[in-house]
Amino acid sequence: MKLQRKPRVRALAVGALAVSGALALTACGTDDTSGGAGGAGKPAKAADIKCEGKGKLLASGSSAQKNAMDVWVQNYSGACKDTEINYQPTGSGAGITTFLQGQTAFAGSDSALKPEEVAKSKKVCKGGQAIDLPMVGGPIAVGYNVPGVDSLVLDAETLAKIFDSEITNWNDAAIKKLNPDAKLPDLKIQAFHRSDDSGTTDNFTKYLKAAAPSAWKHEPAKKWEGKGGQAASGSSGVSSQVKQVSGAISYFELSYATSGKIPTVKLDTGAKAPVEATTANASKAIAEAKPASEGDDLALELNYATKAEGAYPITLVTYEIVCDKGNKAETLPATKSFLTYVASKDGQAALEALGYAPLPPETADKVRKTVATLS
Amino acid sequence: MTSPVLTETPPPPGNDAHPSVSGKAVRPGDRIFLGLSRGSGIALLVIMAAIAAFLTYRSVLAISGDKANFFTTLEWNATGTEPKFGIAVLAFGTVVSSVIAMLIAVPVAVGIALFISHYAPRKLASPLGYVIDLLAAVPSIIYGLWGALFLVPHLSGLYSWLDDYLGWTGIFAYGDGAARSLFTVGILLAIMILPIVTSVSREVFLQVPKMHEEAALALGATRWEVVRMSVLPFGRSGVISASMLGLGRALGETMAVATVLSPSFLINTSLLNPGGGTFAQNIASKFSEANQFGQDALIASGLVLFVITLLVNGAARMIIARRKEYSGAAA
Repeated sequence: MKLQRKPRVRALAVGALAVSGALALTACGTDDTSGGAGGAGKPAKAADIKCEGKGKLLASGSSAQKNAMDVWVQNYSGACKDTEINYQPTGSGAGITTFLQGQTAFAGSDSALKPEEVAKSKKVCKGGQAIDLPMVGGPIAVGYNVPGVDSLVLDAETLAKIFDSEITNWNDAAIKKLNPDAKLPDLKIQAFHRSDDSGTTDNFTKYLKAAAPSAWKHEPAKKWEGKGGQAASGSSGVSSQVKQVSGAISYFELSYATSGKIPTVKLDTGAKAPVEATTANASKAIAEAKPASEGDDLALELNYATKAEGAYPITLVTYEIVCDKGNKAETLPATKSFLTYVASKDGQAALEALGYAPLPPETADKVRKTVATLS
Repeated sequence: MTSPVLTETPPPPGNDAHPSVSGKAVRPGDRIFLGLSRGSGIALLVIMAAIAAFLTYRSVLAISGDKANFFTTLEWNATGTEPKFGIAVLAFGTVVSSVIAMLIAVPVAVGIALFISHYAPRKLASPLGYVIDLLAAVPSIIYGLWGALFLVPHLSGLYSWLDDYLGWTGIFAYGDGAARSLFTVGILLAIMILPIVTSVSREVFLQVPKMHEEAALALGATRWEVVRMSVLPFGRSGVISASMLGLGRALGETMAVATVLSPSFLINTSLLNPGGGTFAQNIASKFSEANQFGQDALIASGLVLFVITLLVNGAARMIIARRKEYSGAAA
């Protein structure tokens, strides 16, 4: 038995070496990329970060702002050694729930609070209520995979019909009309939507409803309401399907299109030229937005039907949610100082390389003023 | 194999531990051990009761707020202002994908187990068994990724072929989308449950008394007749138990299903077209964005899965109990 065993042990050892070697190599790979991303946001001036408060700051919520948070937290904790910030990208819904249970200092969310959530927040915020602070925006790109088509222009109505299974072939007359020069193949359209409830879906359907109310009959919601099509889970899920399936089209944050080298649709908004999904164009759309309410709550009402030159209307604004009054005394100083940095010039400038759209200066200014009044 | 042993032993010592111990001088070690084991037994019951109470409480909250029929609605909108949700699609998807997985996995697993235990040369048998066992060690998300990136693109050809010849049945109708359907999920689940069914069946087949087999051989039976007349009847209850273990994994599989399936809330008569959903997949994908009520609704659907699993296990136990006398385990 012993003699027989030995070669097997040796084979196992070789296998284990191979596996751990491969793991070590891949670990190096990920280290490198994260180092690169960190480098992009490194120049954090101490001038914009005023360290206040000590200890641990817990936060959770939207996964759309995870990459931005990573950079902010890295810069902030580099300057302020006494504060540790822990942001869990659990999703907007879970983020709001834990915040309303009083477990976190602030929550990240892709959509502004609903009235009933504001009412609930009065329990946690003693003497105050929860408010939305816009912190960063991002274009939702519409990515496609049509062989032989490098540039594609669509308008809201065609998009709505494609995602509601009314237009089912790429050589449909409506698409041809918008793209007279493109060679559109006779190929079935595979429209992909998110299978999980998502802030991206919410914003995308808000756009369809606002810009093409006659073609999109469903109410905007986090849950997909359209007819037909296929579903996949998460932005990474839908974007990888688009890469894989010929004839596919779907919507996801721009960064997924950039990293996956997926071509994106230019939108015919009614402006002179079709608008491309870029961070600069998204910032223009955010600048067009109006405040949704009076007072401290800075939730923005985006004009999805905008015809402004170069404004990309399918834009997502993610918020940080805090109490205007009645924040916990032990986390308040650190929360204020961190959010002030996030809304500062440097904090916003760190984002562009990541595919996020910085807030327009006036909005960022308002956010900083509101943060200063938190108590 | 264990059940006959259990029935032969006197009833569990919990009740009469005191009389049997009190005959002699009670040593402190005995008393401590009695206390420890009784304590753990009670703790287990309390934990189970607490879980059941929690699940039931949250489910009752959810179902009483449901504006539609919980059992027949083909929709899941628990976070809307007017919550409407039902488990019909999930129950259908869960049962169908698991049944497909069982139909594929059990015959294959029994074949592999027989090959390893009765046909293969010993040099081949043990590495093969080892490789099969390794399959069980692969995390389910890896199966999901492999399924989504490799299996799905390669299945569309097979599905088109099935559509050409069996499309008229309606069950095997197939459009030209990606093959992210319940049938694909079934195939993937079959691969995932293969190791557990195989290794338990193999162990059972190895337990067949040598005398039975040698007797059959002495009567002039061929190798296949030996397998059919002595090995398979002996191992039947073991194979059923093994299948139930596999079925348990298939019913509750989450990540692999969520990665491979294209979920949608409709009951599709064609198993090859995208659509459908399972309990576990739905909970995993909806939980992160759900509010309090949405979570309650998902917990209610989890309770239904729990009940389905209980029913399946109960049915399996009944089948095994009925076949016990044929199993030969008592011989």
